[in-house]
Amino acid sequence: MMEQVLSIFLLIPLLGYACSLVIKPRSENSISLLAAGTVTLQLVSGLVYVAVWLYKGRPMIDHKDIVIYKSAGYEFFLDLHFDSITAVYLLIGALLSTLVTIYSRYYMHREAGYKRFFNTLHFFLLGYMITIFSGNFETLFIGWEILGLASFLLIAFYRDRYLPVKNAVKVFSIYRIGDVGIILAMWMSHHLFAENITFLKLTNNELVHHQLLQHTGVGIFISLMLLLSAAAKSAQLPFTSWLPRAMEGPTPSSAIFYGSLSVHLGLFLMMRTYPLWQHQLSVRLLTAFMGMCTALVATGIARVQSSVKSQIAYASAAQIGIMFVEVAAGWQVLALIHFAGNAFLRTYQLLVSPSVVSYLIREQVYEYEPQQKSIEGYLPQKLQYALYLLCLKEWHLDSWGYKYAWNPLKWAGRQLNFLNLRRVLVFYTIAFSGGLLALRFSSSLPHTARYWWPVLLAFIGLLMVLKSFTERKKARMSWTLVAMNHTWIALAIAFNESVSVHQIAMYLSGVLVSWAIGFACLRRLKQLEGTVNLDQFHGYSWEHPKIAFVFLLACLGMAGFPISPTFIGEDLVFTHIHEDQPWLAGLTALSLIIDGLAIIRIYARIFLGPHAKSVYEMGYRNS
Amino acid sequence: MHTMKNQFDVEECLHQLAHYLPAQAPLKDFIHHNTLHSFQEFPFADAITRASDLFGYRVLLDLSTYRQYYLNGRIRHDVLRQVVERRKPAQYERWITAMLNQQFEPAAAPRIGQLRAGWKRYYKADIDAMVHPLLFRSICSYLDQGISIWRFPAQQCSFLKAIRLLEKNGVISFFRQKRARQLLLNGPCDINSLLQLLVGQQEWFTQYLFDQQFAHAGWSGMVAAVAQQPTGLLDQRSISLEELIRFELLLEIDALDELFGAQWPPLSQRLQQPPTALFDPVEASTLDEVLFMWQEAFEWSFYDQVLAGLQQEKPAAHNMPDRSFQALLCMDDRECSLRRYLENTDPACETFGTPGFFGVEFYYRPAHAKFNTKLCPAPVHPRHLIEASDAGPTHQKDAYFSKHAHSFHSGWLITQTLGLWSAFKLFINIFRPSVSPATALSFRHMQQHAHLSIESNGKQLDNLQVGFTIGEMADRVEAVLKSIGLVQHFAPLIYIVGHGASSANNPHYAAYDCGACSGRPGSVNARVFAHMANHQTVRKLLLTRGINIPPATHFIGALHDTTRDEILFYDEADLPAGLTQHHKLHGEVFAKALQLNAVERARRFESIKLQQLPNRIHAQVKRRSVSLFEPRPELNHATNAIAIVGRRQLTRSIFLDRRSFLNSYDYQVDPQGDYLYNILKAVAPVAGGINLEYYFSHTDNQKLGAGTKLPHNVMGLFGVANGIDGDLRPGLPAQMVEVHEPLRLLVVVERDAATVLQVIGRDEQTWEWFHRQWVHLVCIDPQSKALQWFDGNKFIPYTPLSGSIPVAKDLSKLLTKERGNLPVMLLDQNQL
Repeated sequence: MMEQVLSIFLLIPLLGYACSLVIKPRSENSISLLAAGTVTLQLVSGLVYVAVWLYKGRPMIDHKDIVIYKSAGYEFFLDLHFDSITAVYLLIGALLSTLVTIYSRYYMHREAGYKRFFNTLHFFLLGYMITIFSGNFETLFIGWEILGLASFLLIAFYRDRYLPVKNAVKVFSIYRIGDVGIILAMWMSHHLFAENITFLKLTNNELVHHQLLQHTGVGIFISLMLLLSAAAKSAQLPFTSWLPRAMEGPTPSSAIFYGSLSVHLGLFLMMRTYPLWQHQLSVRLLTAFMGMCTALVATGIARVQSSVKSQIAYASAAQIGIMFVEVAAGWQVLALIHFAGNAFLRTYQLLVSPSVVSYLIREQVYEYEPQQKSIEGYLPQKLQYALYLLCLKEWHLDSWGYKYAWNPLKWAGRQLNFLNLRRVLVFYTIAFSGGLLALRFSSSLPHTARYWWPVLLAFIGLLMVLKSFTERKKARMSWTLVAMNHTWIALAIAFNESVSVHQIAMYLSGVLVSWAIGFACLRRLKQLEGTVNLDQFHGYSWEHPKIAFVFLLACLGMAGFPISPTFIGEDLVFTHIHEDQPWLAGLTALSLIIDGLAIIRIYARIFLGPHAKSVYEMGYRNS
Repeated sequence: MHTMKNQFDVEECLHQLAHYLPAQAPLKDFIHHNTLHSFQEFPFADAITRASDLFGYRVLLDLSTYRQYYLNGRIRHDVLRQVVERRKPAQYERWITAMLNQQFEPAAAPRIGQLRAGWKRYYKADIDAMVHPLLFRSICSYLDQGISIWRFPAQQCSFLKAIRLLEKNGVISFFRQKRARQLLLNGPCDINSLLQLLVGQQEWFTQYLFDQQFAHAGWSGMVAAVAQQPTGLLDQRSISLEELIRFELLLEIDALDELFGAQWPPLSQRLQQPPTALFDPVEASTLDEVLFMWQEAFEWSFYDQVLAGLQQEKPAAHNMPDRSFQALLCMDDRECSLRRYLENTDPACETFGTPGFFGVEFYYRPAHAKFNTKLCPAPVHPRHLIEASDAGPTHQKDAYFSKHAHSFHSGWLITQTLGLWSAFKLFINIFRPSVSPATALSFRHMQQHAHLSIESNGKQLDNLQVGFTIGEMADRVEAVLKSIGLVQHFAPLIYIVGHGASSANNPHYAAYDCGACSGRPGSVNARVFAHMANHQTVRKLLLTRGINIPPATHFIGALHDTTRDEILFYDEADLPAGLTQHHKLHGEVFAKALQLNAVERARRFESIKLQQLPNRIHAQVKRRSVSLFEPRPELNHATNAIAIVGRRQLTRSIFLDRRSFLNSYDYQVDPQGDYLYNILKAVAPVAGGINLEYYFSHTDNQKLGAGTKLPHNVMGLFGVANGIDGDLRPGLPAQMVEVHEPLRLLVVVERDAATVLQVIGRDEQTWEWFHRQWVHLVCIDPQSKALQWFDGNKFIPYTPLSGSIPVAKDLSKLLTKERGNLPVMLLDQNQL
């Protein structure tokens, strides 16, 4: 009974979201009442459920919900899980979103995009609930992806300004790294446990311990990938600098996403998978070390911040760092209390942040003391100045991302500038036919060739998507290259004998349909506007919101957004990469990261940002 | 080769820059001013076209909006015809067709930024993205007034000196490469040499600096404002535009070094198509002219009603019975309706309007405070100080603003204790909003029973005289009473009502208070004035100057909270025994009028249902002022459009929908026009400034306004920006101006045209406001009610096109039905 009821917690936000999509955009009242109703219902059901659950002695609950796809040796199913971690995240999430929804009901009054705001809020909540109720990695990943997209949409809420869009793309890129961490962790755990393991089974100490003893390296790999994802999501080092930059949306959305809920989900991931890594001392030490470093560095940066929201963001990241230490030390209960306190505190602080002017100025009138020294004032001057400057420059965290990740990608892509659409097509046709041919005769290839051939194909796919990512002019070519990348990956995987044609077809059908829809959108836009290039933000959603929306859907399909065939395909593809094929897995993962970036870049450059043709209606770039 | 014009003069350029940059003071001193003050040397029409072409501002509404207004009757056909016939007498048909039907190409890109766009165009370098984040953060941290915990080291030095000190630490640098660092530490790093490196040819220097500074006009404007008025920050800093520019140029050089190594050609060498020079003359396009004529038709469609209404309005019975009480309120448009309700509730009362500092200019120092606050119009420099004492607790604390939550270990403790408690706080704040230490409350400006040092005893403090001498008091009381024409028929009780506002979670709180008190509530001024006017020796002096205030008359200070529609009276204990009963009755009149006023205001708030009991509506209006989630606690000066200078009988029975500044003035007391001179000298810049700030923040909320306030992030306690890397956003947020109609101010003076012409000609600055038509001026003859319009040089007779102005049948009912602007109406005499 307790098991079946669990689905309700996903159905409520799902229904709420579905209804919010079809509601009339003009009717503020019904939009916000629906949102408030949904979250309140979720909160009340949560309270009742938790009460019953407590009464029954806090059993750990697992419920296999729906099998989405099944074939020999592979089963993709949604699984729900409930324990004290879920309970805490549920109650805090539901309570905060109820409060913030009611708050926004008035706050957002008359704002353009009122409906869009609440839609996205629903969507976010859905992702949050799926994540915290997830009983296996697949389910968790679905929620994870929804959260990423919802974040992108909310940071870019003011989509006709430059900075929100730029920062949304930035945050999305970092989330994408986290996503791939989970994909890789999933991939390895398939091999480790030879199934889609549920979190419940992970608590089976014997089983886990037994497997890990035999495959120490694999275990560490999985844990590290999880840690990577968690660090990206929870703004831990070296990713911390995205957190303050995410504060571009309306204040309540910043409060709930980046002050409280979203940013604590990395911590959730670590707690959820704790049984898997609790016996790996090295991972625990690394987690604690990372948390401690984040806490120290972020505290320093928070202390020099002169804008109220960035100060709260860094202070929050520092506390989350401490929570990572707590989890690594095995103090889960403490970490949960700490999470609750931090979530409430930061939400509240962000919501009242505009008051800081009247409050502090008033305080200053009465209590001002010239030349007040903080503790750092007692350091030797040289050290003090160096440290101050380092904190002011955020320990270069933001520029490092560009310098060591973004720019090399751009550089690599630029080396492919000689490619134009025709050359690409010619090359594609020839090379792909070659690949197919090789596939036909793969059984007669020598072993080494069989091992490296798919790697080569995956590498070509990577080049395609690199080119796509750095293309400055032709949007349609960039789009097509992304689709081609998928076919290369499919081809590479096809060399592994166990893949059925059916599975490949499923994967590529998603890609093909998305590609066709997206291509049609771009064509239509080109007819209307003359040229469509990727050199700058164009902000066409200002003029063509419908095309923008359809194209966004195509992007989701292409990027393997959950429940699209591409997504299941991607997951399938990964299960077919053998554990002794790290090169193939690595290249494919890298492809998928850049693939996501390339897609979101196309969408952002074409449809978001200041509308290029309405200079007089738009703000300056820095506004 | 270079002509004189091309010689670059740093001083001249910096001066010019400071002139064009936004001139908004730090948030705590938000004072309304004409956003396009730098273009005020041109006639309005030319100025806005020029501003638009140079900087890309939107200065008028959309063509489609005007056409829409025309179709739904807001712009009247007869007015439109009159406007076009006056402007284009020979080609009426051609122009009217263009206005109604012609399609226009969108305007070309503005000139600003074109030169510096060369970095992207010719070098493929986005140097702004590399320079701005660190630049903004450095300025913000240096200027920060109290957000950061670890303050900018060496804040006592000037900006560039402090930067240099920090740079000398040797380990961590502001720069990426060596050259910029060397230049900063060892020179040469004056603007000229740095520009030489970056730009090359001198003829482009000025334009380059304009492009550069206007890429972040908000920050540059703040720096220029602080440089000009260092006291605008409590914790003072020494920074100048020059230092900012030098630092920015160094960062730019550094960014280019990073991209291209130490060798790259200056910008002017690569310039293939030189952009249009920024300050070249601007020619108005057909579209500009069309739009401007639409704007005039829009303005006159409203003005015409007002003028017709003033002519048709029948003055109330001239000889009033004995006055029950009199009240002096601020000329502020927000007091327009309160005065109407006071007079409706008690027809025997009389109200006056005058700038809300009541002619007493001084600095104020609250008890135990460490700073003085100016309480008079911003351009005035007072020589007096009023100190408060015996006040009781000054301010409350709120642990949630404590900075300890941001540090490492105490943060850990706080999150687990206070953090959990904040869920409850949030809950209460959402379901039962109430006053908190963080709320900006008008009544907190001065404790109700604080003792004020109003009378001078010769003490000096901070080079200011504490209190006023008897003679100074008499001068000030005389000036105010005569300027509003209150020299006889004194009532037993005269209320001096200042005003202020309350709001929560609102960085722009200062913009809601009294502009005549430099963005502060007017409570201290009201009390000070009342005290002066009650002073027996002052009254004796006044008697010699022709003002005989009866001994039985008592003045009493008060503060009207325009957000909450509440009033607080001061010094009630000093009331003569015989008047306490009267005061109690008048207090009830005020309470009733305030409630009616709240109901009238509520129609502009969509979230308040109007079919409710007045006290419930009033409760909701009050709730807005303390609700964290309410971005519109009140709507301030939105919809302001006129300023009427004249006797109350001119406006007493006309409904102006809270759109008018009302400054009392009686021509009979002022034969020479001297008082009128003082009034107009203030009305033009103050009311005109407010009006134009609303105007431009509405037409271009992105570039001249602050945009929507919902994502705002407070920077250093002096400004707001979007996100953490954005430019400062001066101007008014969208929520303050969305219901505004951008109309220039129409000043109506009840006086003969000859005197008015002579009066406005006395002062160059006042003359310019009217001469260049940044505000309109019409005078109405006190006897004949004939109207004359000032065309910029002379008065010409004006006959309203509007027929008879309707009489408001059931005003209170209408006010609960209609949420938009209401037409001018005459008030039923029987209702009064």
